[in-house]
Amino acid sequence: MEQLKTIGRELAMGSQGGFGQSKEFLDLVKSIGESRSKAEEDRIVLSEIDILKRKLLEPDIPKRKMKEYIIRLVYIEMLGHDASFGYIHAVKMTHHDTLLLKRTGYLAVTLFLDEDHDLIILIVNTIQKDLRSDNYLVVCAALNAVCRLINEETIPAVLPQVVDLLNHQKEAVRKKAIMALHRFHRKSPSSVSHLVSNFRRKLCDNDPGVMGATLCPLFDLISEDVDSYKDLVSSFVSILKQVTERRLPKSYDYHQMPAPFIQIKLLKIMALLSGGDKSASEMMYMFQLPSPQLLEAAADAISKFLKSDSHNLKYMGIDGLGRLIKISSDIAEQHQLAVIDCLEDPDDTLKRKTFELLYKMTKSSNVEVIVDRMIDYMISINDNHYKTEIASRCVELAEQFAPSNQWFIQIMNKVFEHAGDLVNIKVAHNLMRLIAEGFGEDDDDADNKLRLSAVESYLQIISEPKLPSLFLQVISWVLGEYGTADGKYSASYISGKLCDVADAYSSDETVKGYAVSALMKIYAFEIACGRKVDVLPECQSLIEELLASHSTDLQQRAYELQALLALDARAVESILPLDASCEDIEVDKDLSFLNGYIQQAIESGAQPYISERERSGMFETTDYHSQDHHEVTSHALRFEAYELPKPSVPSQASTELVPVPEPSYYSEPHQPVSTSSSVSERESSEIKLRLDGVKQKWGRPSYQSSTSASSSTPPRAANGTSTHADGGVASSSSSKPRSSYESKKPEIDPEKQRLAASLFGGSSLSRSDRKSSSGGHKPAKGTANKPPKENPIPVQPPPDLLDFGEPTATSVTATDPFKELEGLMDSSSQDGGSTDVMGLYSDAAPVTTTTSVDSLLSELSGSSKGNPGTYQSQTSKGPNSKEALEKDALVRQMGVNPTSQNPTLFKDLLG
Amino acid sequence: MGIRFILMVNKQGQTRLAQYYEWLTLEERRALEGEIVRKCLARNDQQQCSFVEHRNYKIVYRRYASLFFMVGVDDDENELAILEFIHLLVETMDKHFGNVCELDIMFHLEKAHFMLEEMVMNGCIVETSKANILSPIQLMDKAH
Repeated sequence: MEQLKTIGRELAMGSQGGFGQSKEFLDLVKSIGESRSKAEEDRIVLSEIDILKRKLLEPDIPKRKMKEYIIRLVYIEMLGHDASFGYIHAVKMTHHDTLLLKRTGYLAVTLFLDEDHDLIILIVNTIQKDLRSDNYLVVCAALNAVCRLINEETIPAVLPQVVDLLNHQKEAVRKKAIMALHRFHRKSPSSVSHLVSNFRRKLCDNDPGVMGATLCPLFDLISEDVDSYKDLVSSFVSILKQVTERRLPKSYDYHQMPAPFIQIKLLKIMALLSGGDKSASEMMYMFQLPSPQLLEAAADAISKFLKSDSHNLKYMGIDGLGRLIKISSDIAEQHQLAVIDCLEDPDDTLKRKTFELLYKMTKSSNVEVIVDRMIDYMISINDNHYKTEIASRCVELAEQFAPSNQWFIQIMNKVFEHAGDLVNIKVAHNLMRLIAEGFGEDDDDADNKLRLSAVESYLQIISEPKLPSLFLQVISWVLGEYGTADGKYSASYISGKLCDVADAYSSDETVKGYAVSALMKIYAFEIACGRKVDVLPECQSLIEELLASHSTDLQQRAYELQALLALDARAVESILPLDASCEDIEVDKDLSFLNGYIQQAIESGAQPYISERERSGMFETTDYHSQDHHEVTSHALRFEAYELPKPSVPSQASTELVPVPEPSYYSEPHQPVSTSSSVSERESSEIKLRLDGVKQKWGRPSYQSSTSASSSTPPRAANGTSTHADGGVASSSSSKPRSSYESKKPEIDPEKQRLAASLFGGSSLSRSDRKSSSGGHKPAKGTANKPPKENPIPVQPPPDLLDFGEPTATSVTATDPFKELEGLMDSSSQDGGSTDVMGLYSDAAPVTTTTSVDSLLSELSGSSKGNPGTYQSQTSKGPNSKEALEKDALVRQMGVNPTSQNPTLFKDLLG
Repeated sequence: MGIRFILMVNKQGQTRLAQYYEWLTLEERRALEGEIVRKCLARNDQQQCSFVEHRNYKIVYRRYASLFFMVGVDDDENELAILEFIHLLVETMDKHFGNVCELDIMFHLEKAHFMLEEMVMNGCIVETSKANILSPIQLMDKAH
């Protein structure tokens, strides 16, 4: 067989003249293709740079040659080297009259230049001219360039022409003109605000390509402002209907499916439009939302996905589970084993997705298992980006659900130890605050135990090498405040440790500062108690060293410490009182004690002070900005991606049972501001350290919220309305699913069963748990519809956190289940056609041997191409085999052949 | 914004085509490509899914013979749709070149780019009809 093929090649060799490309270019491609290492490739490219630099200086380069040079420049940049010496030639080529050269020029320019590059100005003129061309392909090339190169400033230069082209007779031009307008809208919405109606109009273009493209800008517009586009719902419905009825040209079919890519886009838009709008969603889906049928269908799809062998489908299953779990918590329990399998899968992507799911279903009953797993995983990975993410999730879950303070501190220690450089400083402040304030209940005993356990754990950890800076700051602070408080450790022991820290991390000024301040506190407490202070020699030398420090901050701390050592007990006590880090210090922000002085000055003729914002007349705006700023700082740890995709409606949830939100979007952002605007300077810096408010904003209501959602079904309702009395019932019901499952599958690994039980088993228990405790603490909540306003009392640390998590939980009841379904709809939309999606994807796993794809394609080519190829039995593909042979032969002529260094270059991608 | 970049990289990690829909400097591109290629090429096990998270991208990739097609997308993009988009791209190239292979893309880099220009604009999939994608390219071929 191989022989036959070779003979064919030899036969075809004779007459051909090449691809119209020069030997030089073919040689370059050949050598790049055959290079074995990056270093070899770099050598080739570097010598190519030298050659091109020379060649481009030659006069009168023929245009064909020039095009080749430009593509060689593209190669240079693509392979990671700078080709800026040739940019100007690419720019010049856009002026060329020949379409191919012009388009190549535009292509190169879009690859080389960013929209703010100086050379762009030379192209704008050409673009303007080309937009007026009679040749529609030239217009298209120019529009492509417009979409890449026009920035905010140059929009006006081409805008009128682009608008004219919206009505061009060629559909390809209309399509690209719409996308150019889309680009302008992204770059500068105000520049095209008067033209937005064009997007609506082009939706009804009689060319499906233009209609399909218009969906892109419409998606953007609708996600910015849903309400203004509700009237389009019926249009989208009828378009989708036409698509599924196969009224689009056959060429939009993809594997016998009618225009799947357009369908997906339509469904995404409809999900946006139906969000929170009953009538719109009824019009689209003829379902009352939340529709049990729809949920069931989604759950079915998910379980099919999860049971599939394809990792891609499993991934989608986990993804769908994560979206659905907010609406229907029961669904996860059915799939507990599948979830655990995915969690232990060697595939990192799947594992991460599963952690995301676990994060969404965390509650007080399983938080320990989940966070432990997350931390183990966090320690095992090197990817800082994801490490940061997972660390902040651990912190968030720990803050929200921690069963005990000891556990919380342990978790924080682990997070700091392994990802200390990656977590937000706010986390450290929260931890210090928690240790300082304890439970906030008046249980000093428990607080002291907590502090002691913190101090003990830190004394153990402190001698480990290379701790992250942030962690050391926490350790130093806690040791300073509480190191000697219990009397278990002596002042000299603690101060010795602190000196060691300052010594070991001498390059870290912040840590040193914390250590010195901690020393100061230790000595202050000693002095205040009337004990004699022996300053350790190493401490003395540290102070002396810092007195001469280049850092003024350290210097000042050292001087303060020195001064403090010389003071008597009473003075010291009032400077640094014991355990007073949480006391509020009243600061007279208005400096009212100066009023008399000012009055005097004004009376004697001085100008009264006019504040800066009054002077600039920007009162409102600056005020707004400062609020903004506050929000930013208080949100510092928040990772938007985990939020629901639309603004939650925190308070107005009409009743718990109706999860359709009312669109009152902007109520949430105002909450933190109201607490912070009135407090004094000192306090406002304190606010960063506070846990209150934090939880409300971070509160991941996800899983719990489903209580109320699912309480619409009878058994849950019984649970939900009950209080403590129901505990027994609930726990018995919790054991049920487990036992039934055990009887079904006795061969399951007990390890996994245990994990499943700890992850899923306790769910119904915890649900009733949560209900009952919330009933106890906040009886008003369930009965009244009044907005659960921000609690003015500082929110207590765990486990009481649970109760205060409730307000946010209500907000999630109000999220639109349809929204959550979006992803599912998308993926399942692909099986909207006749073919079975499982069949299509099951062999879509990464293809190492391309057999699966081959079978797909052969199906396709079988129907569409009709293969007459009797020449070769082994390639069963299309009528191109002869061409391919010729191509092969040609390349051999150039000296590239399958037996040379890189035979894979010849492998058919689809074969 | 949907698609952030499209890469074609062979199994030796050599870039065969790169198209970005947001501006990255040469250094940023080189670093990003290096990281992604290392990540994806290490995952050639058939029992793994075709998606990788990297920085704030989600990368959907698929291997055809010696060539990896990698598409970086935003978090809210549907992975399976992108996977099929890759296949559509390969089918389109196959239709044009006939039994497309890595070398075709290397010799006709600009054409591969032209096809992408027709299919994706502003990071959005705008055209999925092979006839529409290929017609301007065929017209240009005829003119020469």
